[in-house]
Amino acid sequence: MLDVAWLVPALPLAGFIVLLLFGRRMGEPWAGWFATAIIAAAFFVSLVVFAGLVGEPAEERIFTQTLFTWMPVGGFSVDLAFLVDPLSVTWMLLVTGVGALIHMFSIGYMHGDEKFHTFFTYLNLFVLAMLVLVMGDNLVVTFLGWEGVGVCSYLLIAFWFTRDDPPVAGKKAFVTNRIGDAGFMLAIFLVFATIGSVRYLDLNEAAGQMATVTAAAICLLLMVGAIGKSAQIPLFVWLPDAMQGPTPVSALIHAATMVTAGVYLMCRVAPVLAEVPDVGMAIAWIGALTALVGALIATSQQDIKKVLAFCTVSQLGYMFIAVGSAEYVFAVFHVLTHAFMKGALFLGAGSVIVHGMHHDQDMRHMGGLRKYMPITALCFIVAALAISGVPPLAGFWSKDEILLYSWGKSPALYLVGLTAAFFTAYYMSRQVFLVFYGKPRWEGTEEAPEPAVVGAAAGGSAAAPAPDAPAPDVHGEGHGEGHGGGPHESPWVMWVPLAVLAVLAAVGGVLELPFSSATEHLSRWLDPVFESALSSYHPSTAWKWAGPIISAVVAFAGIGTAALIFLKQRVPASKVEPKVLERGFYYDESIAWTVDHPGRASWDFVAWEVDAKGVDGVVNGAGVATLATGRVLRRLQSGYVRGYALGIAVGAALLLGWFVIAGGV
Amino acid sequence: MRVTENWYLLLGAVLFCVGAFGLLVRRNPLVMFMCVELMLNAVTLTFVAFSRALDDVGGQTVVFFVLVVAAAEVVVGLGIIVAIMRRRPGATADDIALLKG
Repeated sequence: MLDVAWLVPALPLAGFIVLLLFGRRMGEPWAGWFATAIIAAAFFVSLVVFAGLVGEPAEERIFTQTLFTWMPVGGFSVDLAFLVDPLSVTWMLLVTGVGALIHMFSIGYMHGDEKFHTFFTYLNLFVLAMLVLVMGDNLVVTFLGWEGVGVCSYLLIAFWFTRDDPPVAGKKAFVTNRIGDAGFMLAIFLVFATIGSVRYLDLNEAAGQMATVTAAAICLLLMVGAIGKSAQIPLFVWLPDAMQGPTPVSALIHAATMVTAGVYLMCRVAPVLAEVPDVGMAIAWIGALTALVGALIATSQQDIKKVLAFCTVSQLGYMFIAVGSAEYVFAVFHVLTHAFMKGALFLGAGSVIVHGMHHDQDMRHMGGLRKYMPITALCFIVAALAISGVPPLAGFWSKDEILLYSWGKSPALYLVGLTAAFFTAYYMSRQVFLVFYGKPRWEGTEEAPEPAVVGAAAGGSAAAPAPDAPAPDVHGEGHGEGHGGGPHESPWVMWVPLAVLAVLAAVGGVLELPFSSATEHLSRWLDPVFESALSSYHPSTAWKWAGPIISAVVAFAGIGTAALIFLKQRVPASKVEPKVLERGFYYDESIAWTVDHPGRASWDFVAWEVDAKGVDGVVNGAGVATLATGRVLRRLQSGYVRGYALGIAVGAALLLGWFVIAGGV
Repeated sequence: MRVTENWYLLLGAVLFCVGAFGLLVRRNPLVMFMCVELMLNAVTLTFVAFSRALDDVGGQTVVFFVLVVAAAEVVVGLGIIVAIMRRRPGATADDIALLKG
């Protein structure tokens, strides 16, 4: 059953090619349904592979499928091979499963867009690249997928490239990621130079014999790559801007799958990471700071998607805490629950943006939407509670495990993580209150628009001609037909995936309940992959009880604080949304300023001093020196034959003399 | 008085020096050309002398090559000189210093 593993990436590849060639002819909505079906089929095949792997004994759950030798170059040989083990299968199921749901949602979201089929072409290509990334048997194949998802991310962020901001955001994402990619590439070179192979199995086997410095260098370089891809400090700047892409893209790429690639990579090389606990500490601290900074910034964002973007940054920070604490299983656990929760949140936000607010994303223009979009509101609120850490929803379990075990690495990590958790609960509740509760604040509210019928495609024509929210009309001419008038519920292709993800966000915790080893399914499933790389920290029973209770109290405190401010309005909102947080600690501005002032000055120096005087001086100097030498040497060329003949004769005589003296003839 | 190989070598050296001297001092291209031929023949004479002294036929073989090359060289050289003389009658070697830098 494992032999069909190659089908998993082959299906999206086929889908991509077919859509590329015939996508326009399929048109809307069939191109979307075709893409969705392809990913669903890939999910089904992944399930078959999963079942095949479950059938094996726990220690033998490693299967390598070599398709062909990709680069045979002397001693360096890379196979296009897939590694199927519990870790990669987990990601395969996640990518194809959540991917299929988001494909389906996109059919509704992209309705009326003139590049409808192109969108699904890119989405299928993305799933292909992501699968290559997680299934790669060696670092080079993973890197192929790594770059592939980067390209797709760029293409999809800049999907609406005729507008001003998306192409800029796409470029920013691409360039920032390149910084990380450089680290990844250097890591590959170093791994090959050290062990003569780039396969994960060889690398992890050789981890024990490696010099500590080498292991640390490999881990640090891979960490740089992971920081870029997973938007950690200091390279997180691209992720919030990536929200310029269509919302399903934000859900699939910039929340559920691609940004977790860094976590995957670190899990993949866990045995090497286990050799250097200091690097683990660095990773954990980067994660903790990212979690806190992301959460703080998220508290003051006004854009519905920006809140979620900084929330993603923050949650990825938690995953890095887990990786750094050598609790890889909990990192994977949080990746899974986060994919469900953030998938639901983004799809909910997308539903609000398209069918609630006509592409206005400013939460100050929303409010009271739960009456108009009950299903969306319910799903969004469930996911928000889950990510806030309210028991017994999924986020409570995964985040709590990470916090609980981070104490073993360092109590300070725990405290920073707990603070971030408080703000998580706070800003998620703030968002829910601003969007779904309170008085409606969108324009034309005075006319009291009637709640539209659920899924009414033609509902707009009859409703009062409420003025459109001041937002760019991204859909062009095709926009008006589907949704006019006031906010209304989304069609079923949009709310069904949303509901599925919300249910998963609610019950996802059953994957790993910390009551006994029988309920820790994920640990049992993944432990053979990590084995000795896992940390040996075992919290005491008292701490195991106290930790979750503290977490739950903190979560409720966060929600309560938000309720006091945004529901009861005890404190004016402007007081708790300082400018410094709204602008994200002026991080973007600082970079811009640095580049513009000292950066420009230094480049001017390089251009007008070093280059114009130094480099050009050397080049021109060489020319001038040649000219001067030539001017002297031309005197020798008299043009008289006897002169040359004399030269030859004298030369011959000198040579003869030299031979006589040196040879002693 | 027996004529030994040294006599031939000495003759070859004298002929070579005469040729070299003539090449350096004369201005007439044709005469300079003849001086070059004289030097060539001095060398071939030396080759033959050594060939005889060392009892090695290799020296004589070289001479045949030199003769053939010299014949070809004469054809080309004389052709060039004739062409120059047609264009500039009475030109000396110093008049045709076109390669002056």
